[in-house]
Amino acid sequence: MAETHSLQDLQQPTASSKVFVQRDYGSGTISKFHTKFPSELEPRIDKQQFEETIQTLNNLYAEAEKLGGKSYLEGCLACITAYTIFLCMETHYEKVLKKIARYIKDQNEKIYAPRGLLLTDPIERGLRVVEITIFEERSIGSGR
Amino acid sequence: MMKNCEYQQIDPRALSVLPQSAQNNTEKTVQRSRRKWEVFPGKNRFFCDGRIILASQSGVLPLTLGLIIVTCGLFFAFDCPFLVKHLTVFIPVIGGALFVFVVFSLLRTSFTDPGILPRATPDEAADIEKQIDTSGSSTYRPPPRTKEILINQQVVKLKYCFTCKMFRPPRTSHCSLCDNCVERFDHHCPWVGNCVGKRNYRFFYSFIISLSFLTSFIFGCVITHITLRSQEGKSLVQSIQESPASVVELVICFFSIWSILGLSGFHTYLIASNLTTNEDIKGSWSSKRCAEESGNPYSYNSIITNCCATLCGPMPPSLIDRRGFLSLDEAIPAVSASEIELPPFTVKSDAHMCTQSTKDVLERMVHSYDVHGLCPPATPKTTPLDLEVSGPAAASSEPSLSAGCLPQDARQPVVPPCPPFSRSNKRRDSLHSINPAFRLASPSPSLSRTTFILGDAPDNGFIPLP
Repeated sequence: MAETHSLQDLQQPTASSKVFVQRDYGSGTISKFHTKFPSELEPRIDKQQFEETIQTLNNLYAEAEKLGGKSYLEGCLACITAYTIFLCMETHYEKVLKKIARYIKDQNEKIYAPRGLLLTDPIERGLRVVEITIFEERSIGSGR
Repeated sequence: MMKNCEYQQIDPRALSVLPQSAQNNTEKTVQRSRRKWEVFPGKNRFFCDGRIILASQSGVLPLTLGLIIVTCGLFFAFDCPFLVKHLTVFIPVIGGALFVFVVFSLLRTSFTDPGILPRATPDEAADIEKQIDTSGSSTYRPPPRTKEILINQQVVKLKYCFTCKMFRPPRTSHCSLCDNCVERFDHHCPWVGNCVGKRNYRFFYSFIISLSFLTSFIFGCVITHITLRSQEGKSLVQSIQESPASVVELVICFFSIWSILGLSGFHTYLIASNLTTNEDIKGSWSSKRCAEESGNPYSYNSIITNCCATLCGPMPPSLIDRRGFLSLDEAIPAVSASEIELPPFTVKSDAHMCTQSTKDVLERMVHSYDVHGLCPPATPKTTPLDLEVSGPAAASSEPSLSAGCLPQDARQPVVPPCPPFSRSNKRRDSLHSINPAFRLASPSPSLSRTTFILGDAPDNGFIPLP
């Protein structure tokens, strides 16, 4: 029993549950997430705020994956140099991913953390889901 | 420290192997941060501290490389001197450039992550399971493991991957040889010793196109060489005797050209129609094809756009983050998964559990406080003492679950009741064991084998599946 007491002492001060926003494949294989507001977040955050965050993320991913003159140029240049150029240059996609990471950090600091929520960057989940952790006070049966 | 407490809960008498070594390893983990590639669940091999990724079997990659190097070596050594003297110095220059391009493309194809999707975290997997079970499926049939979505007005079925515990995105397939889900899976190519997927398809295409040029170039040069020699008043046989290496090159190139040119042509067609080998073999869109418009929802309906999108599109990043460091939470399950051996009865009750592996369960315990409720069913596994106590009840899953749960309930206040989970567990178990259709529904294992064959005999175009 001694172990479990010390285990409890070492537990995190807040319990947490997770909500997952899945990918929206309606437009094909591009990275896009559903903007539908999960019911678990209702008491915590404004629906519009949440949808705006997801929509901005979708727009950023669309920018990263956009097919256009710039991306074709990058692709052709890479092909000509036998793809060695990627050893020295950062791809457009990677630049946008950094932008996304900054945006998520910013959103967490300004909007989500004060409400006891935490957005996880989708790239850490293989671009499958946007994981939102809901932190709650530790109590029996809470968190559902 | 929390981790040490967790491991102390495991009864050393019940475990045949290594709580001590697990502890030692956690201590080691604390001392040295591990990179994610070290705990990668797929069958890949990693070199240069995670910079280079290869499939578990290199297949015939050494043979491919060997053939290319030997043929080019013979060409430069035996044919080029003659041709430079009689024709132009540009012959070895062009040959050299092509050779470098071929080798670079080949190595890039082999050593690049093809677009592996990392497996779902336990929380995600639990969330998906929850959604499947509450999707309104009635009790007389198991919950569906496919999901239908609309992509550009086409109905596409997403299948659930039991290994990776997620619904596979469109165009993703699970390669059984590498044991990974790969995005935009084309095929597993034994010649390059890797899967060909979203991230390395352009390298693969560069490889086969440049190899076509190289083999054709060498073939042409060797024919020219022998012809020029025999024109100098010697017979053909004499010319061949003077340059036997040329015959070797001729034979290699002759047989390669058919297959490589055929493969290049086939892949050019696939790129122009924005298809993968996988989809082409399965005939995913051909039945829906109208006269003018392809039934393929991913096609841009323009050959040029399709080509540009596939070959020159933005380079997607690797999703598996091989060189990232493991957080301490993630480090433990990797250790426990590989080293802790549970006695048979706990393994059996595992089958009745929430389809979570030991690793997932322990990870959940360490993360803890996941109120989806997978902790309670899991705890009997890590505290076999409880199961031993519940003894005869261990044979049937549900009573043991409830019995195992209750004592834990007292210790871990954040614990929802077990029974709803046991019911869904049973359904899942039936899904696994009784209904093999769901396993067969996953096309990739057989397909990757079929495409394996395709890789060997590409000159036939493709072998239609019966």
